[in-house]
Amino acid sequence: MTDLSQNTASEPRKHGGSLLEQTPRTKKRNAAEKRFRAYGIAAIAAGLVMLIILVTTIVGKGTGAFQQTFITLQVELLEAKLDKKGERNIEDIKKVTTFGYAPIIKGAVAAAVEELGIETSLKPKNLAGILSKDAAAQLREYVLANPDQIGQTVEFRFLASSRVDGYMKGRVHRESIGKDKNISPEQLDLVDALAAAGVLEKTFNLDFILGADASDARPEAAGMGVSMLGSLFMMFVVLALALPIGVAASIYLEEFAPQNWLTDMIEVNISNLAAVPSIVFGILGLAVFINYMHLPTSAPLVGGLVLTLMTLPTIIISTRASLKSVPPSIRDAALGVGASKMQAVFHHVLPLAAPGILTGTIIGLAQALGETAPLLLIGMVGFIASNAPETLADGLLAPNSAMPAQIYEWAKRADPAFYERAWGGIIILLIFLVTMNTLAVILRRRFERRW
Amino acid sequence: MNDMTLMEKTVDTQKIKIAAKDVNVYYGDSHAIKDVNVEIEDKTVTAFIGPSGCGKSTFLRCLNRMNDTIDICKVKGDILLDGEDIYDKRVDPVQLRAKVGMVFQKPNPFPKSIYDNVAYGPRIHGLAKNKAELDEIVEKSLRRGAIWDEVKDRLDAPGTGLSGGQQQRLCIARAVATEPEVLLMDEPCSALDPIATAQVEELIDELRSRYSVVIVTHSMQQAARVSQKTAFFHLGNLVEFGLTGQIFTNPEDPRTESYITGRIG
Ligand SMILES: Nc1ncnc2c1ncn2[C@@H]1O[C@H](COP(=O)(O)OP(=O)(O)O)[C@@H](O)[C@H]1O
Ligand SMILES: [Mg+2]
Repeated sequence: MTDLSQNTASEPRKHGGSLLEQTPRTKKRNAAEKRFRAYGIAAIAAGLVMLIILVTTIVGKGTGAFQQTFITLQVELLEAKLDKKGERNIEDIKKVTTFGYAPIIKGAVAAAVEELGIETSLKPKNLAGILSKDAAAQLREYVLANPDQIGQTVEFRFLASSRVDGYMKGRVHRESIGKDKNISPEQLDLVDALAAAGVLEKTFNLDFILGADASDARPEAAGMGVSMLGSLFMMFVVLALALPIGVAASIYLEEFAPQNWLTDMIEVNISNLAAVPSIVFGILGLAVFINYMHLPTSAPLVGGLVLTLMTLPTIIISTRASLKSVPPSIRDAALGVGASKMQAVFHHVLPLAAPGILTGTIIGLAQALGETAPLLLIGMVGFIASNAPETLADGLLAPNSAMPAQIYEWAKRADPAFYERAWGGIIILLIFLVTMNTLAVILRRRFERRW
Repeated sequence: MNDMTLMEKTVDTQKIKIAAKDVNVYYGDSHAIKDVNVEIEDKTVTAFIGPSGCGKSTFLRCLNRMNDTIDICKVKGDILLDGEDIYDKRVDPVQLRAKVGMVFQKPNPFPKSIYDNVAYGPRIHGLAKNKAELDEIVEKSLRRGAIWDEVKDRLDAPGTGLSGGQQQRLCIARAVATEPEVLLMDEPCSALDPIATAQVEELIDELRSRYSVVIVTHSMQQAARVSQKTAFFHLGNLVEFGLTGQIFTNPEDPRTESYITGRIG
C-alpha cells in the first residue's frame, strides 16, 4: 500500500526495460494463455475421440443388419398342393395356409441338395431348417400375387434362418451351438456346401429398410420400414400442429403482446416447459389423449400430439429469437409508410425471420424424431406387427411403432440377431437426424443476414 | 452563421398544417416533453434543433403517432392535423401515417428490390389500379426523391445494395410514394457523408413545394440551410420558435443563444 502511494506520488512507473526482453509479468501471462490453449485442444481431442468411437462402433455393429443370407432354390409350385381345383380362383388359393407350402419348400431344398451332389445325413425336415421360419409365408405371398405361376418351377430367393445368417456373419460358431435347438453341425456343413456352390449368399437386404417388424422367432425377417412410416406420420402431425401454433404464439408474444407480468410469466413458463423431461409429456399424453379423450393406444396420432407438446417450446423459443433478430428499423419503415402492425409483421418481419424459424423447426423435429421415452407410455413400444398403412387415416390411427421405439424393442429382445438389427436401426435413425441437422445448418448459412 | 442572406429568405405565410397544443409526453414516469405549443405551416421546412436527449425525436414521433408502438409512452394534449385531432379515438394511426410520412435517422430500405421498396406503400393503400399506374407512381416518386436517374436501370436490384446517401433518398422516395401531406425526417443526414448530405438537403428544399416538411437535426448549419422555421428544444421544453433567420441571428432566449454559439449541446 505504502509502495503504491509512493509510486504515484513520485514519477510514474515505466514499462520494464528493453522491448526485446519479456518481463516476468508478460511471461506469466503468455504461459497462462499457452496452458489454456492446450486445455482447449485437449477438450476438442477428447470430443473427437468420443465421436470416432461412437461412429466406428455403430458402423461396425450395425452394417451387418443391412446384409442378409439368402438361399436361392428352384421351387416347383405343385398344382396338386396349391390349387386342387385347378381354377386359379384366388379365394381357393388363399385357403391354403403356410402349412400347405411347407412340403413344397422341403422338396425344393432336398432337390437342390441332390442336384448339387451334397452328402448329408439330414432328413428333409431338418434340411429345410436352414431356411427362415418366414420362408413359407414368403412363398405364399408370392403365389397369391402371381397365381398364374402355379404348376411352374420358379427360382425363389428364401431368407436363411437367423442362425445360418449369424454363421455367415461370424456371429454363430460351431463351438457355441452345442445346446442350440435351432441349428446343428450337420446343418452348418450343409450351409458350407451350399455357400461353396453359390446357392447360399450374403447380399444387401432392402427389406431391412422397408419391411415390417417380425416376431421373436424370425429376426431375419424384421425391418424398419413400418416403424419408419410411424415416425413419418408422427412428424407430419408435429409439423402440422407445432409449426402453426408455435409461430402464431411467438408472433403474438413478440410483436403484439403488451409487456406485463402475465406475458413475463408466460415467457418463463415456456422456458420451463422446454426443460421438462419428455417422459412427463408421455404420461400427460396417456392421461389426456388416451384415458380422457379415448384416442387409440399405439397410434401415431397420439404420438404426434405428445411430441407436439414437447416440440412447441423449442419452436417458440427459436421463432422468438429469430423475430427478435430482425432489426426494429424494418418495422419502423413499414409502419412509417402506413402499414398496419400485422402487415409489417407478415410482409416484412416474418419473411426475414423465416429461415431462423425453419431452422428451429427442423431441429425441433429432429429432437422429436429421436424421442423414445414418451412413446413408452402411450404404447408405441413393443412388438407391433403391422403392415404398412394404406391410407392416411390408417397411418395416423392404426397401431404402429416409431424408429427409436423399434430400436429399443429390438435391443430388448433375447436373440443376438435382433441386437444387430438394433444397431442397424440406429444407423438409419442417425442418417435421418444428420440429414435434418445438416439441412438446418445449410438453411442458416444460406440465409444468414448481416444488417 | 451571420450570413446576411438568412434574414432575406423569403417566407410567405402559409396555412397552418399541424397545430400542437399543450403537448406532454411521458415515458413511464419520466417527463420527456413539457407543455409544447407549436404551429407547423404547410409548404414550409420546419427544423427542430436542440441538444441530444431534449425530446426532438419524441415530439416528432408524436406527429404521426409512431410513439404508439412504445408501450410506456403516454401522450397528453392535442395535436391537430388540418384541424382534426390525430389522437382522437376514431383516428386509425395507420391512415394517419399514410398522410404523415416519415424518414428515419438510419436509412432503412426493405431488403427487397428498389421497385418494391417504393411500390410497397401504394400497394397496401391501393393507390394504383394496375401495373402501369404503379410503374408511374414508382417513377414519379423516385424522381421526387432525386434518385431516378441513378437507379432507373436497376429497379430490380436490392435497395440495400445502394450507397448510404442513395438509400436515404430511396427512403424519401418511398415516403412520398404514398402521397403524404407532411414529411417527418429524424436526422436524415446523420448517417451520411457530406456529399450525400448536400444532395439530400437540396432534395428537402425541393420537397417544400409540395409538402410540409419537419426535420430534426443536430446540425445548426443544416437547420440554417434548409429550414424556414426553427424550433429550439431544451430539456423537453420548446424554448423558442420562429423564423430561422431570426433564431440564428437574433435569438430571444439566452438558452437559444448559448446553444447556437456552442455553449450548450
Ligand atoms: N423508448 C424510450 N423509452 C424511454 N425513454 C425514452 C425512449 N425514447 C426516448 N426516451 C427518453 O426521452 C428523452 C428524449 O429523447 P429523444 O426524443 O430521443 O431525444 P432527441 O431526439 O432530442 O435526442 C430522453 O431523455 C430519452 O432518454
Ligand atoms: Mg433523436
